[in-house]
Amino acid sequence: MPFHIVEKTADILIIGGGTAGCWAALTLCAHEGLSVLVTEKANIRRSGCLAAGVNAINAYIPAGKTPEDYLEYVRWDAAGIIRDDLVLSMAQRFNSVVGQLEDLGLVILKDETGAYALRGQWNIKINGENIKPLLSQAVYRTKNVEVLNHVNITDYLTLNGRVVGAAGFSVREQTAYFLRAKAVICTTGGAAGLYRPNNPGFSQHKMWYPPFNTGAGYALGIRAGAEMTTFEMRFVAQRCKDTIAPTGTIALGVGAKQVNAQGEEYTSRYGLSTSGRAYGTTNETHQGRGPCYLNTVGITSRQDEELLKAYLNMAPSQTLKWLESGKRPSQQNVELEGTEPYVVGGHTASGYWVDTGRRTTLRGLYAAGDVAGGAPKKFVTGALAEGEIAANTALVDLPGLSLPEDEALQAQEQAILQTYERHLTPADTSSVKRHFVPPCRYTSQQLEEAMQKVMDDYAGGIHSSYRYSEAQLDIAQERLEGLTALAQNLRGTDTDDLLHIYELKDRLLVCQSLIAHLRARRETRWTGFGFNTDYPGVDDSWQLYVNSRLENGKLKIHYRNLVKEAITFEYPDSNG
Amino acid sequence: MSILIQTDKCRNCGRCIEACPGNLIQVNPQGKVWLRHPEECWGCTSCLKECQFEAIYFYLGADIGGRGSLMHTRREGDLCHWIVEPPDGRPVVITVDRRSANKY
Repeated sequence: MPFHIVEKTADILIIGGGTAGCWAALTLCAHEGLSVLVTEKANIRRSGCLAAGVNAINAYIPAGKTPEDYLEYVRWDAAGIIRDDLVLSMAQRFNSVVGQLEDLGLVILKDETGAYALRGQWNIKINGENIKPLLSQAVYRTKNVEVLNHVNITDYLTLNGRVVGAAGFSVREQTAYFLRAKAVICTTGGAAGLYRPNNPGFSQHKMWYPPFNTGAGYALGIRAGAEMTTFEMRFVAQRCKDTIAPTGTIALGVGAKQVNAQGEEYTSRYGLSTSGRAYGTTNETHQGRGPCYLNTVGITSRQDEELLKAYLNMAPSQTLKWLESGKRPSQQNVELEGTEPYVVGGHTASGYWVDTGRRTTLRGLYAAGDVAGGAPKKFVTGALAEGEIAANTALVDLPGLSLPEDEALQAQEQAILQTYERHLTPADTSSVKRHFVPPCRYTSQQLEEAMQKVMDDYAGGIHSSYRYSEAQLDIAQERLEGLTALAQNLRGTDTDDLLHIYELKDRLLVCQSLIAHLRARRETRWTGFGFNTDYPGVDDSWQLYVNSRLENGKLKIHYRNLVKEAITFEYPDSNG
Repeated sequence: MSILIQTDKCRNCGRCIEACPGNLIQVNPQGKVWLRHPEECWGCTSCLKECQFEAIYFYLGADIGGRGSLMHTRREGDLCHWIVEPPDGRPVVITVDRRSANKY
């Protein structure tokens, strides 16, 4: 059956209606006469990182502290590999976006003076179970924003090196979308599902980061030749075992300490950075002193009840697990484990290489949130701030960007359509032999498992305690190339299958980029996020960025010096 | 990690289909709502909270500590009652008020 074709044009196209994407749309809605299109793989009502809700805002500048203090905190936590200009520009907006969230109806806990009640240094406590419905309802109230739900974007449309739109398909029906725009803002998420997860069977998707964030935005950029940064700074979260629920609510909320199996507090031996804390738990276990726990035994019954409630607004599985076990947190410690590694620019510095205004290296393309690199510890407020910054920069650039001519993009659109159709053309399975030559009978799920096994075995997954060597990375690269070739011949019967095929292809590309980055940084800077066994120490000559770009079909590494001041990208082609 | 859709309570309103961040809940060829990819559920419980008919139940896999209890939600204005029914025993109800913030 041929694809039905839908073509649309807009002034600004936003790819991904999660936290950053919704905020970019809300930033642009004040400009009458401007047309804005938002595409979303699911439905913006509950899509992205905020689907389950969130019970704290992790990045807020409290009284007595400044955005510069937050910059120093992030620099320390990321061992120096950050972009000062990006971290500072988002931190300067944390409090204004919190105010706007409260205006939208977000409930925030206040102290007796009327100030937001703090948790730790930078957190405030909220009821964020419905934070995504609040955001999406605000988007739907706008007059100039059109939302295309259930549309998965696969390729940018480009003209002379400029991004002028995107192509995708409906995940529900056989419809292809060709969307043209003067400017495109990429706000898709980071990449989960690259490595074999903590729970590889029935509960394989019980993971920290949304399993539906498959690195699509990174893959779009890599394919189109955008420069990417710091993929090697993977993120490993320290979580409650099995449910992979957050630990901050227990550690900061009731002050529970991390202890090993002998009851010793061990964090002071490893440092208190995010990476150091994750490494502590991994290494204590590796050294035979595991399991490790958050020491909750002995908390009060009131604290028990509040913890059960707090998790319902963010990670209900943890509440259910306590109830299933028949023991409350006051009666049993909460076991800890590290997650499989993710690539996620909201927590580390991985993502598009952008200028201070969040322009990417491709003219007409902007990035915000988890896909944008250089600014770790964004959390919700940083994603919102970056959505706002990217939208405002696109508005400034818009007069110099024209809509592309129809004819210029037809060849690209045809090639994309043919790829969709090829994946949905039934394979010839009339003989046993043909089952195992391309087009083959493997499914996207089988190849995904194979990819996760390769990454776990040879690129520093959970089972090697996040350790990897150049010799192992070589094997990983070779095997991923084989899987990538197989993936080109996958077949499906509807666009739900096509979605799974593209998610796999995107992940395979992100994995190969990640491996190139891991190999390129010859030191071990973030012990909890990955351990390079060839180069086990920190080496200050590596106070630089590892960037990469696909050039003539090969990923090429570019080392760049640390950036302290604001930068603005200029593009060779300036004729619209 | 998964949910159960209780077909006798489901009215096919489609809210859960729109709520699922993974496009996992779909309409089958017989026109009924079903979970097409049970093993891909994230456990976010968006579908439970959107369902007006208490037709969706959430449970933990045995691999992560599940013992067969089913969890669902009941809305009452700003209150959300989380109801956990063990296979043998009395249900536990925890009520969260949307107007009050997390204390921790």
